[in-house]
Amino acid sequence: MNIKVYVPRDATALSLGAGRVAAAIEREAQRRGLRAQLVRNGSRGLFWLEPLVEVATAEGRHAYGPVTVQDVPSLFDAGFLEGKAHPLHLGPTEEIKELKSQQRLTFARVGIIDPVSVDDYVAHGGYAGLKRALAMSPGEIVDAVTQSGLRGRGGAAFPTGIKWKTVLDQPPQQKYVTCNADEGDSGTFADRMLMEGDPLMLIEGMTIAGIAVGATQGYIYLRAEYPHAHRALNEAIAAARASGYLGSNVLGSGKQFELEVRLGAGAYICGEETSMLESLEGKRGEVRVRPPLPAIKGLFGRPTIVNNVISLASVPVILAKGADFYKDFGTGKSRGTIPLQLAGNIKHGGLIERAFGLTLRELIYDYGVGSASGREIRAVQVGGPLGAYIPASQFDTAIDYEALSAIGALLGHGGVVVFDDTVDMAGMARYAMEFCAKESCGKCTPCRIGSTRGVELMDRVLANVDRERNLQLVEELCDTMLHGSLCGLGGMTPFPVQSALKYFPEDFRKTVQ
Amino acid sequence: MSADRALRDPLDDLTREQIEAALAAQQGRPGPLLQVLHDVQNRLGYVPPAAIPLIAEVLNLSRADVHGVVTFYHHFRQAPVGRHVIQLCQAEACRSMHCEKLTEHVQRKLGVELHGTTADGRYTLEPVYCLGNCACSPAVMIDGELHGRVTPDAFDALIAPLS
Repeated sequence: MNIKVYVPRDATALSLGAGRVAAAIEREAQRRGLRAQLVRNGSRGLFWLEPLVEVATAEGRHAYGPVTVQDVPSLFDAGFLEGKAHPLHLGPTEEIKELKSQQRLTFARVGIIDPVSVDDYVAHGGYAGLKRALAMSPGEIVDAVTQSGLRGRGGAAFPTGIKWKTVLDQPPQQKYVTCNADEGDSGTFADRMLMEGDPLMLIEGMTIAGIAVGATQGYIYLRAEYPHAHRALNEAIAAARASGYLGSNVLGSGKQFELEVRLGAGAYICGEETSMLESLEGKRGEVRVRPPLPAIKGLFGRPTIVNNVISLASVPVILAKGADFYKDFGTGKSRGTIPLQLAGNIKHGGLIERAFGLTLRELIYDYGVGSASGREIRAVQVGGPLGAYIPASQFDTAIDYEALSAIGALLGHGGVVVFDDTVDMAGMARYAMEFCAKESCGKCTPCRIGSTRGVELMDRVLANVDRERNLQLVEELCDTMLHGSLCGLGGMTPFPVQSALKYFPEDFRKTVQ
Repeated sequence: MSADRALRDPLDDLTREQIEAALAAQQGRPGPLLQVLHDVQNRLGYVPPAAIPLIAEVLNLSRADVHGVVTFYHHFRQAPVGRHVIQLCQAEACRSMHCEKLTEHVQRKLGVELHGTTADGRYTLEPVYCLGNCACSPAVMIDGELHGRVTPDAFDALIAPLS
């Protein structure tokens, strides 16, 4: 009997020792003369349980975790290959409370399948969307995406279908589909998990996009900080090509779609779409002036779809199950599900995919079980380094685009970073300016120079040099950056600064030691 | 050595071969400069300033174009690197778990500041802004291997086999 044992190849799981655990399980099975087939899956996203080892039993998969190398012999002694009891036994994986209560559409297969096996992908419903798309007209595919209400999950929340329609409406010529996988926001890892755990879903989504708008070439712009995702994507692309899902004749349809991964080089700004296009062309990642929109003049001057990983990976399920199925999740103008990433000073951090509408409090306390330090939670930053700091008094806000916008915050890419009461919010405001100074592409003066002046002003505030006047200058500088920058880096760096000033003024007026 | 002098310095044959191989691997692809630079850095550990004229010539770009790209991106190094590259995340999620303290510890332990290489050429220390391991902060990458929930003691244990 060949028993399947699952040990994730996800970067977070590996960072906690999953690679060593996998090797130890293989060694131990061999030593005992047992036959076990090791599958390197993605992560379920329950990071406090990683490395999470699963065993396929007759009654479904059973989980054990967090497993260390030292636990491996005792797991074999206890009979974990048959799903038997052990102090680390968590029961059937699907019954784990934090997983069971999720609504996984985009992450439906992540952690379940072998990420680079086309057979496994298809056996779990993969490529059903592409097959339906191949039987539809380009206009019908774009309509389905529009009808689903899908909005860009990278942060800007622009309706995906409208972008696609613009590209479709351009006269036939070389067009491109590009995937923005430059997931640079601190506190976010959904793109990474998806690319490592179910890369074929992204590949399928991009293929559908290509067929919908008449683009024959796709590029995934991946940040260099993600070597594990890079390997998984390249393996998955090779597997898809070998099985006829990519190439000059996709599934015998006569349609062509090729895909290439290109690496970024550690520039946060390249997550901005026009800067990403410059970088894909091999240039400095300087922001372009819009118009023209990338959908009209994008990569190499051609009509180009630019979508985030999660947006593109949401497309297969929309095509496979219909726009209405997807649209039925969510609330108001925020349709579908959102993979939230709970990070920072949190006890149970990880990935939570739910329909829009969960409150921050539910996320932080029901899923996250409070801070990692055990101290009081003082603030969260939602939406990455350009997102506002939200105080505990606003934790009952629902997580959807409109509700967050109403309190002056933004959802961005869905990352939530938790801070306990040891955080120095004035220090975090200074850091926001420092980060902007490091990452500014240099095109707009308010961002390039303003951020450096912002750091200097904050240093004076912290040192109590002419404090109130300098705080006033910080406010004025924020206003200038907000209104005088082409893109979100300069234009949104004020958000964390202003929110820290508004909700945590006491941190800016501490006595200097 | 001044930048000007570096540009005039001839490349040794081995280095030239590596750069030519990196250029050949991208031949025919549109907009290949970034990918060429990645390949050069993977082969040599950094992008030697003297490589710039060669890359510029083959890709039909100006030296200024290539220099501009090399210097724009944090990832590309212009000087040789230590035998082990240690990247310490400095972004918000890691700050919420006080990565500044870990950074101080590492700098003290290795006797080198961020962006520096130890005198014996063993370690290069680099700041990095998010490794995507934000639920297990602080995060550190050592020679491409990611580590999570890194305490000062855990860091010492991680580098023990390297020294």
